[in-house]
Order: sequence, then structure tokens, then C-alpha cells
Amino acid sequence: MNIREIDIKEFRQEMLRLRKEGMDFLRDIIGMDWKEDGIGAVYILENSNTHEVEEVSVRTANREKPQLPTVCDIWKVAELLEREAYDFFGIEFNGHPDLRRLYLRNDWTGHPLRKDYDPSEAINPVRLESEKDEDVRREYEIQEEKQLAELVERLKILHYDQYVINIGPQHPATHGVLRFRLSVEGEVIRKVDIKCGYIHRGIEKLCESRTYPQILAFTDRLDYLSAHQNRHALCMCIEKAMGLEVTERVQYIRTIMDELQRIDSHLLMFSCMAMDMGAITSFIYGFREREKVLDIMEEVTGGRLIQNYNIIGGVQADITPGFAEKVKAYCNDQKRRLKEYYDVFVNNIILKTRAKGVGVLSLEDAISFGATGGTGRASGWACDVRKRHPYALYDKVEFKEIVHAEGDSYSRLLVRLEEIEESIKIIEQLIDNIPEGDYKTKTKPIIKLPEGTFSASVEGSRGEFGVFIDSRGDKSPYRLKFKPMGLPLIAAAHKIMKKCKIADLITIGASLDYVIPDIDR
Amino acid sequence: MFDFTSMTTAIDSYLNSVLPSSAATLIECAIIAVCVIVAYLVFAIIMIFMERKVCAAFQCRLGPMRVGPWGLLQVFADVFKMLIKEIISIKNSDKILYNLAPFLVLMSSIITFSCLPFDKGLQVLDFNIGAFFIMAASSFGILGILLAGWSSNNKFSMIGAVRSGGQMISYELSMGLSILTLVVLSGTMQISEIVETQTKGWFIFTGHVPAFIAFIIYIIAGNAETNRAPFDLPEAESELTAGFHTEYSGMNFGFFYVAEFMNMFIIAGIASTLFLGGWAPLYVPGLEGFNSVMECIPGFVWFLAKTFFVIWLLMWIRWTFPRLRIDQVLALEWKYLVPIGLINLLIMTICVVMGWTF
Repeated sequence: MNIREIDIKEFRQEMLRLRKEGMDFLRDIIGMDWKEDGIGAVYILENSNTHEVEEVSVRTANREKPQLPTVCDIWKVAELLEREAYDFFGIEFNGHPDLRRLYLRNDWTGHPLRKDYDPSEAINPVRLESEKDEDVRREYEIQEEKQLAELVERLKILHYDQYVINIGPQHPATHGVLRFRLSVEGEVIRKVDIKCGYIHRGIEKLCESRTYPQILAFTDRLDYLSAHQNRHALCMCIEKAMGLEVTERVQYIRTIMDELQRIDSHLLMFSCMAMDMGAITSFIYGFREREKVLDIMEEVTGGRLIQNYNIIGGVQADITPGFAEKVKAYCNDQKRRLKEYYDVFVNNIILKTRAKGVGVLSLEDAISFGATGGTGRASGWACDVRKRHPYALYDKVEFKEIVHAEGDSYSRLLVRLEEIEESIKIIEQLIDNIPEGDYKTKTKPIIKLPEGTFSASVEGSRGEFGVFIDSRGDKSPYRLKFKPMGLPLIAAAHKIMKKCKIADLITIGASLDYVIPDIDR
Repeated sequence: MFDFTSMTTAIDSYLNSVLPSSAATLIECAIIAVCVIVAYLVFAIIMIFMERKVCAAFQCRLGPMRVGPWGLLQVFADVFKMLIKEIISIKNSDKILYNLAPFLVLMSSIITFSCLPFDKGLQVLDFNIGAFFIMAASSFGILGILLAGWSSNNKFSMIGAVRSGGQMISYELSMGLSILTLVVLSGTMQISEIVETQTKGWFIFTGHVPAFIAFIIYIIAGNAETNRAPFDLPEAESELTAGFHTEYSGMNFGFFYVAEFMNMFIIAGIASTLFLGGWAPLYVPGLEGFNSVMECIPGFVWFLAKTFFVIWLLMWIRWTFPRLRIDQVLALEWKYLVPIGLINLLIMTICVVMGWTF
């Protein structure tokens, strides 16, 4: 990676200039602790039209009270990404409207991803009582007479006299432990406050003390519905850094498995959306077919949800002898079943009235929020990594990038279902031509990456999944960051859920198709 | 057709001959109460089992298969489980209302149940304003639901209760309108007479177009009254966890559950009474041989067959459609069903006045 450093004084101007030049997609903000070189962040920007990528970094030498200018008025997704950096590194972003911790408890002391963090239990004991909801917005504002920006407390987020409802952390429709605090007037939602972190496991921190082959195991546990793609991204990144070429057979297997995983995830999305809308029969229909995908995966990888299949230099085990026949039989069956889904659920008049025009995410917002994947494509943004920056065999197969223009919940569902067909097409092009060869390249038991920064990204089941590694030549990374697929989605959800009804919140949540362990990491 | 009136009058006169009349009435009341409650529970068990099997069939599953042959004992196992569960008391809840609510719901449903004519003379409550009584009795179940939501001290319950208040009171209207349409056609409100008239042709055939429209409206409104999908917003699982009965456990929850199933039976029973001729066998004018064969089938078989056919229709709807949103539910009622129902009532009146019915 080629990271250009910007001086903190020129940072805002430079970022505004980049935005004007068409860098409208902020892929990720990576908080960094360079020890004596200061604390800062790396910003990965992309032009959504030309797909030109620019990586910039900014740092401050003040370790006690690191402060950076915010960019959340330039890119909307930065609001949550900066909260994450604040949470993990204590970087105070001047001008950020709502600088609270994103993942950790309000009463947590210290910022765990800093290199000088003290993990001792005396500082942060296991607390047995629930945290108090923080209802005060915090903002840092530059004040004329002082050098540093000062903390200003702003209006309350939710007032005590509002009718506040908790959707989550345990709720049938949040698909995991996400929590929405809603202030409602009758059925209409006035304010939404999203709380994450209920399943935060500190994976990025864990990675810094594990060797590369050990890190692989974490990726399957991020977004478990794109376990293959996640692991593919990490393997790709490490292989790129090592300069390792995998055999063509491995590329074929990885591509096919990625697409199977995508079908699996999209089927689950269809089913869960049906379930959330109250159509339980359609839910069972979707799961009936998903079971067959899982059976194929189990036969090849040994796992149904957590497969641990990709390894550095190849895959864990070769495909089984009857694999191609089974996959082909499944693909033919699935094509027939898709029509059933349309008949029973997708073309249903009740679904159409409930999902059309609900939760509209405009194209500008989709890009500004960085909502990639099916959500972005439903808003008309051609954001498929497989087309933007082809990897594996995606430049050799023919498939259509599904793009809809409406941006509502209904088109988000359609995008997923149509993508299943495209995935089947990809699989059918590859399945008969898997070349002979090794299924893995021998690597040394201890893998050390050369010094430098490396990144790779793949198209996960619900958006772009990226891996960023800062290596200091050790057997474990100095800093490793996973770009979550779900965080931009809930940032966007925050906006489009306002003024809708409680039932619409469920529809929007189901159509955005977020998976919580991927957001929380 | 066998008339059960002879049997009931025989019992009545026997009791009166051996006992003073007040004691005889008391004993009769007790016998009838026991019969109604037993019938109520038996049908509830049949319905719950049927729901599971029908739902399983729609979803390409087998349904319960482990407890007893074909899972026949599953419902009994469930009831047993429900009985031995702890009834949890909720902090800061209104204890009296909280405990009263399930009984209100159950009572309303049992009273309505006793109005159903199972066969000629086999009916507990039958008097000259029967149709009105059914509507009145079935509509006070909503009180129980509102109280359950209010007294639970839970915001989900509250929203569920308010939703069901808005929904059930609204749909009462179009249900009443479609019943009125049939009252206009039959010229009486007494349930037994309504059925009697239909021995010479079911109303859905004799009342042709307006009766059919009324039937459709009745099925939609009835579905909404029973809080079943696509109108299950008061207990919308994915939105409000369990709606108004979130905080109920054990048999208190069981009462809501049974009442919901039996309300479906009652809705179907009334539909079959009003539209499909109740216990009246299929009658085709001119085909005397066919009609006499049909008459050989006992009346309660006809009634139950029709009722379970309607129940099956309701379950089919239940397991096919997604849920509506609250504004759509109310728009459907106030913008479409009520105006259509009113116009339909007018058409039916004109048809009856002009003698355009069969």
C-alpha cells in the first residue's frame, strides 16, 4: 500500500479537496498507534466512478490527548467509524457531533488498541451490573482562546419524558444482539439511537498477539454468513504480502465456495425477511434449500456454519469426488425453487405494499454511508468488488452486476434473489473446468510477513469486506483491521429509520441484512 | 332430519317431574355448563392439532410425530407442560386486572361458542336477537386484551394492546355489516330460524352476489378479529415479541392461546351458520333423490364439516401471507371494507325487496 501522509494542519483542506475531486466513498478509517511516532488514522478513499483508490494518513504527536479534525461532515459513514477510533484509540475528533464509545461500556477505562494500554483487571474489573444508558451527546469544539478543543455537552439524545422502547439487545428481529433505542409517538419512530458492542470480542486486539495461521480462525466468526469470503480476504492479503501464488485449482475452489456461501447468505436473508414480515412458510422454503448448500459445504469442509476452509496458500482439504455432480444438481434445483419464492412471497401484494417505498436510501447517501453490497446496488451504486477490483477468477467468468435504482426495501430483496441466479451462473461456468493441481502450496510453519502495510478486499455476502495489515516483520501483525460490512449499513439504517413506523423498522432491518458479529468484531 | 329438541325436552320434563322446578333448572344449567366447557376444550385440542399438521403440510414438513402415533398426544403433552409451569407475577403490574384479563377473553369466547347451532335443537343459547347477541358477546373479549396489555407494565404489551384495540373495534364494524346483510336476507335474527330457512338452499347460493361479497368481507374481518396473520399485529412476533400476552406464563398464557384458537372456530362456525347453511344439508331444488341422500347425513356432521372447511381456509391464509402494517390494516377496513359492506347491505336490501333472491 502506498499511504500518503498529510500534515494535521492541512488535513481538512486536503480531505475536502479529495472529496471534490470525486473521492466520494470512504472505505475505512483505521485508527493507528505508531508508538513514539504518534497516534493517528489511515483513511482509505475511493472514487466510486473510476475506482481509483487513495490512501492517506494523519497523525498527532500528542499521545495524552490526541485530537484530529473530523471528516464526518464530508463522508457520513465517518460518524460511526470515528466513534470506533475514539473508542479504541482515544482519538478525539473535533467537530464530531456525537462522540461516545461505540463498542465498549461507557464506564470503561482506557483505550484498548493503544500500545500503552494496560489490560490488568484492576483497572477494568468484570462488572456485574448493567451500564447506565448515556443520554448526553459529547462534542469537541475548537475554542478561540485555548489551543485544544474542549468537551461540550449537548442536548440529550432521548429525554426521560419520551416513550422509549428498546428493540434489542435480545429481540427476534435484530438477528443478533444489536440494540435500537427508539423514541416513539404512537407507532411512529421519532428518534433512533443504535447501540453496538454486545458481542464485541476484541478480535483486532487478539490478532496482535496471534500468529498469522491462528488469526485465520477469527474471520469465520466475524460475519458467519460470509465465512468463506472473509477468510479468502485474509488469506489473499497474507499471500500478497508473502508474494505467494496459489495454484489455479485453489482459485477455482475458492471462487466456487465463495459463491456457494453467497447463495447461502442470500437465502438466509430472503428467509429471515419473510420471517420478519410474518410469512413463516416462505421462511421454511428458503431454509429448505439453504440446507442443501450447507450439506455440500459440510461434505467438503466438515463444517456447516464455521468451515475453516481457506488456509494460507490454498485450502484445508481437496474437494470430494462427487462434488461437481452435487453442486450441479443443487444449482438446477435452486433455479426451479427461486420461482416458488417469487410466487409465494416476493410477488405478494402485502409484501409489495409493505416494502415498496419503505426505507429509501438515495444513491448519494448510499455512497456517502459506504453501504456496499446488495444495499448499495439496490440504490443504484455499482459497487461490486468482483467487478471493481477483480480477484480470484472473477475477471474470467461472465456475470451481471445486479443494480436497481429504487433503493427501497423491496429492491434490496430483489437484488439478493437475482444475485443468487448470478452466483449459480458463475458456479456453472467453473464447476466443470476445475483444473488438476495441488490444493495447497506448502508454507513454512511460522509465517513472517515483510515490513509494510498490505490490504485486500473481497465482495462478502453483504458488502465489501476488507483486511488491512500493518506488519513490522514479525510473526504476528502490528495492527490488523477488518473493514466491517455491517457498520455502514447500520449507519445508513439510522438515517432511513427515522419517521417510519415500528413495523417498517423491522422491514428495513431485514432488508439491510446486517450480521452483528461482523459489526462488533 | 333428527331433531334434538325432543331429547332435550324429554330430559327437562323428567327433571321437572322428580325435582322442584328451581332445582331442575339449576341442575340443567350445571349439565349444560359442563357440556359446553368439555366441547370447548375438545374442539380446542382438535384445532391445535389441526393447526400444527396443516401448517406442517404447507411448509413441507411432517409436524409433530414423536408423541403418540402421528403425534396425536402432542397437544396433551403441551397442555400438561403449560399446567406445570410457574405463573410468574410481574413487578409493578396491576394484579387484579392482570389476572382478570385472560378470564375475560375466555369468557367472551365461551359465551359466543354456546350460541353455535351444532344440530337441529342442539344449541344452548337461542333467542330472537341471536345475531346481535353473538356480536355483543364476541366483542367484549377485546376488553380482556386491552386489560392484559395495560396491566402488564410492559411497553411491548401496551403497544400490542393498543394495536389490537384499534384493529378489533374497527373490524367489528364490517363483521356486523356482513351479518346484517344476512339478517336482511333471512328476515330473522334467531340463529335456529336462520339455519332452518337454509334447508331450502344455503344463503351463499340463494343470496348470490351480495351474499358472496358479504362472505368474503366476513372472512377477512373474522380473520382480523381473531388476531391471526395477516392481521396478527397485536402479537406480531418479530416486532413486539408476543404483543399483549408477552408477560403471561403458564396457564394464564394458555387461556389466551386456547381462546385465540376457539375464536377461530367460532368465526368459522358463524360463517358456516350464516352463509353455508349450518347443519342444513346441501339442497338442490329439483333433485329429490340427491336431496334425500344428503339428508341421511346427520346435521352435526354437516356443521362440523363446513366449519372445518372454513377453518382450513383461515389456516391457508394464515400460513401464506405476510403481516400487514397497522396503517394498512386500518385503511383496508375504513377505506375499503366498510364502504363496500354498506353498499352491499343496500344491494341486498334491494334484492330482497324486489324479490331477486332465489
